[in-house]
Amino acid sequence: MFEQILAHSPALAVAIPLLGAFFTPLVGKINDKLRNIFVILILALDSFVVLLLANDVLSTGSIRTYIFGAKEIGSPVVRIIFEIDGLNAFMIILAAILPLAAVIYSWAFMKDETGQDKYYTLMLLLTAGMLGMMMTGDLFNFFVFLEITSISSAALIAYRTNNKFSVQAAFKYIVISTIGALFVLFAIAILYGQYDALNMAVLANSIQYGLLDKIALVLLVIALAMKAGIAPMHMWLPEAYGRAPSSVTVVIIGTTLGSFYGILRVGFTIFGEQIISASNLGVGIALGWMLVGLAILTIFIGVLMALKQNDFKKMIGFAAVAEIGYMLLAFGAALATIYQNSITGAVDISPAGLTALKGGMFHILNDALDISLLFLVAGAIYYVTKEASLNKLGGLARNMKYTTVFFIIGMIAVSGLPPLNGFASKLMIYQSTYEINPILAIVAILCSILLLATFVKVFYAVFLGPKLPKFDKVKEVPKSMLIGMLIIACIIIFIGLFPNLVVENIVNPAVTALQNATAYMGGI
Amino acid sequence: MITFQIPYLAVVGLIIIGLYAVIFKRNLIKMIIGITLIESGVNLFLITLSFRENSTAPIYTASPGGIMSLPVPQALTLTSIVIGVAVLALMLSLVIHIYRHYGTLDVRKIKEDDN
Repeated sequence: MFEQILAHSPALAVAIPLLGAFFTPLVGKINDKLRNIFVILILALDSFVVLLLANDVLSTGSIRTYIFGAKEIGSPVVRIIFEIDGLNAFMIILAAILPLAAVIYSWAFMKDETGQDKYYTLMLLLTAGMLGMMMTGDLFNFFVFLEITSISSAALIAYRTNNKFSVQAAFKYIVISTIGALFVLFAIAILYGQYDALNMAVLANSIQYGLLDKIALVLLVIALAMKAGIAPMHMWLPEAYGRAPSSVTVVIIGTTLGSFYGILRVGFTIFGEQIISASNLGVGIALGWMLVGLAILTIFIGVLMALKQNDFKKMIGFAAVAEIGYMLLAFGAALATIYQNSITGAVDISPAGLTALKGGMFHILNDALDISLLFLVAGAIYYVTKEASLNKLGGLARNMKYTTVFFIIGMIAVSGLPPLNGFASKLMIYQSTYEINPILAIVAILCSILLLATFVKVFYAVFLGPKLPKFDKVKEVPKSMLIGMLIIACIIIFIGLFPNLVVENIVNPAVTALQNATAYMGGI
Repeated sequence: MITFQIPYLAVVGLIIIGLYAVIFKRNLIKMIIGITLIESGVNLFLITLSFRENSTAPIYTASPGGIMSLPVPQALTLTSIVIGVAVLALMLSLVIHIYRHYGTLDVRKIKEDDN
């Protein structure tokens, strides 16, 4: 039974939410409660399948390939395939946790809104798109899933159409992501025209790194960086994160990191052997430093803009930009350390760079969890007070004990204080960047402190201070919202207490897969 | 020789005009037209890649023989067109909502209204 499920898990992981999405409106015709249970069950089942698959790939270190269509006729190269190695398995863990927590949270959060059938349908479609994006081994298929996520998330950002800012944020988002996706398609067309292949593994195997390939690389990386919210193309991100309903934001964080995964896949797998090679050593190092520069810019912009924000959710949105900067810093610094071994002649990433890679990879997971928790808390505050401006909030800790605790957990985790997960990954980033160039570590630590300052300010403004008479009747949020936050908070605490366990079992296989492009090519 | 380059020049032209419209036009509808122009450019690029001189459509049953154009990019283009329609519909519906809120489609006026 398990074997059967496991064998078809890549297809099932996308098919379950996709089919569930189209059944949701039908179930919704019967009863609202039944529909909510149905959606939660669908996502729980999907998470189970995804975790089963991730566990298998991460523990055995193998690559699981799933071919759509007949296996016998010809080579599998012309068909759409899903190829899951350590990196994909690492990413889909996020896609298993975030939507489930978001949907449980939505039960109470969305209770009074109209059009919930559409909301849940789009949520499931978004999950399907995100999972497809993180698992596919075919570039064109990647583009299709990218568009599925951008269409459904734009519709979800504009969910509260009576708010002019949400509609505006959704429009910005759809314009940016459509242009990004079209450039991805253009780059795919260039690569297809050259190598007659869409399969990532085949492309990685045959890439020549000529002028046209370089153009395709630049187009792919820039378009995906635009979707991942890397400065100077981050403007849409705080808007979209801040104006969407909190539960939606949590899933959109997953898709943003899906785009970030796309950059890693393009940079390290498809072009990996060319960038990290003896003949292009200088180019690779220059590229690494360029990424580091962008990362520092992203961190600075994120942190400084977060300091001056007055809107609770927009402020967390800018903090999210800064966190993406930390990941990029780690990957860029790792790429900047490539060197040629004088004895074997092999080109490799230095040990410090390897730690940076691990730290960056680990930070992807931690950032998604921390920022999600903070957004859920901000959503809870909005739910009870209908107020988003920090100036008008205050004294809520008295009435909302649990939410306050969750905020403290999120705050400590996101600003990288021990003993929570943010500390574990940020320490790895500080440590490795210090060895590479101390200035990077100093900037990173300084910005973390500023981030903490921002969140302490928010903590004081929202939860402490004198009791405001207008919030006298405020009560703790309903149970489903607390459960949604609790799931994420528990995972944060678990990772914070046992970082070694997570690094060894989840992060290391992902980093090994990231470095080993040859294994990915051999996977088909 | 130059005749073979014309479609590629058209691709570049379409994409540049589209980008110009998206970046410099103040009207939201014109921005959307710009995006559809970029999309047409990319689609034309895909189709051009698959075309060979004197080739027939890749339909095997009624083939007169000779070379056929490559079917894969055509399939990709169809998918891309369908996605494009969905995006276009969504963007236009968002523009309708923006117009309802602000009473204008001019980006500058929308910004003024916000402040």
